[in-house]
Amino acid sequence: MRRERLRVVGNEQVGPYTLLRVARGGLDPGVPGQFFMLEAPGRLLPRPMSLCLAPRGELAFLVDPIGPGTAALCALEPGQALHLLGPLGNGFALDLQRPLLVGGGIGIAPLPYLSEALGRPPAVLGFRSDWHAQAAELVPNAQACVEPTLVTHLIPAGMDVLACGPEPMLQAVRALAPTAQLAWEAPMACGYGACYGCAVEIEGELKRLCVEGPVLRAA
Amino acid sequence: MLLNASGCLDALTAPEVARGLDAFVTKTVTPLPRDGNTPVRIAETDVGMLNSIGLANPGIDRFLTRNLPQLGALGVPVWVSVGGFEIDDYADICSRLDDHAEVSAIELNVSCPNVETPAESAAQIVSASRLATRKPLWAKLSPAVPDIAEVARAAQAAGADGLSLVNTIRGLKLDNRTLRPTLGPGQGGLSGPALKPIALAAVATCYRATQMPIVGMGGVQTGLDALELIAAGARHVALGTVLFADPDAPARVRAELHAAAAERGWSQYEDAYAVAHEEALSAGTTLDGRSSV
Repeated sequence: MRRERLRVVGNEQVGPYTLLRVARGGLDPGVPGQFFMLEAPGRLLPRPMSLCLAPRGELAFLVDPIGPGTAALCALEPGQALHLLGPLGNGFALDLQRPLLVGGGIGIAPLPYLSEALGRPPAVLGFRSDWHAQAAELVPNAQACVEPTLVTHLIPAGMDVLACGPEPMLQAVRALAPTAQLAWEAPMACGYGACYGCAVEIEGELKRLCVEGPVLRAA
Repeated sequence: MLLNASGCLDALTAPEVARGLDAFVTKTVTPLPRDGNTPVRIAETDVGMLNSIGLANPGIDRFLTRNLPQLGALGVPVWVSVGGFEIDDYADICSRLDDHAEVSAIELNVSCPNVETPAESAAQIVSASRLATRKPLWAKLSPAVPDIAEVARAAQAAGADGLSLVNTIRGLKLDNRTLRPTLGPGQGGLSGPALKPIALAAVATCYRATQMPIVGMGGVQTGLDALELIAAGARHVALGTVLFADPDAPARVRAELHAAAAERGWSQYEDAYAVAHEEALSAGTTLDGRSSV
């Protein structure tokens, strides 16, 4: 766990989302599915973001401006600096026979980096609108659908599923693919096990998602 | 001495952070294991945050067999925060901690805003715990009482060695869209910068009422914040919410504290102890808000 103050090197609009590119400094990009805590300018608490891409010398995060913290992150301009802590948590296991990436909405954030690590396997992505679906361009070999079509209709049998998306999507994926690896989300203040804010039910007990996850086996 | 506020650090998942402190205070331990409250458990507010964790902890049995030996191996003095739902809970846990050399001190959490408050008063809990242990006892008080000086004097008379000031105070956040509570349990404890003036007032009031050693906490973000608590009458300072945003805070706040004291002509920050009271008296007003003339 390492924390550094790093400079923004790029800020690109992708549909409603912002791809925030930050100089890597001495931080390790970690395993796909791991996350970083990003200082949100003017806010008390940092925001958890999984790594989207790791271009040479950079770390890139896909941010959806849904609140004051994420909006402040999206408003950052090249040259401005922010603190990053990470990589944190447990990422995806990558020793798979037939990987299939499944993403929904802003949940596609970790998939571009994951796709690179797995040699660009097929991906299926679901979005709320064509505008949101512009983010599909970030994921190689992706088939995208827009509501009312659901991404779970695009999942063939017999695949090693790695999924990230809203909770109803993850629950539906879990029902279809009991061995899937699912990346979950929960509000968290710290990202390193201190606040106990991100508790989720795991094997019948409330556990800290930042320590046990965010990637968990479906079964 | 620089500590963490109870519940704001897990020394077993982040030992390097705990080693930056002069003592580590555990999350509150209760008689039985507790899963804690239903999520959502945390929410940021304008100048602070709310939490409603609900004393999630492994219970005293597992704490003694599993956690305490590992905490003892950290090389940092360990303070155990003790909670309960009746007086006997506190006394029983204190007596079970008494023989453990790893435990440097006990903090009695008589003021968690997220569980049903014990019906018994803080003083009765301190009194029963005093009979159960020889360890130093620190009473952690809530600032949300009509007269904290009275509670502090009662805790002192009951045998407390020091006071931890302050615990969070209850707050509510509503979701902007639905206008329903953001937190699963509804309300939570407010911490962060919003709490600092409340903490300063509680420390100043209890210092004047008891002259007891005080661990000051509430909204400390910088070394200057820590120095203010010391000036108000705290011997020690604990870091809470700031640890969530900055795990490097122990080293940073310590360096800033030394620098802030040096800028004011003190060779050590301890020299600032209770100086707020001297100046307030010379100005003709006491820090509890009443005129002295």
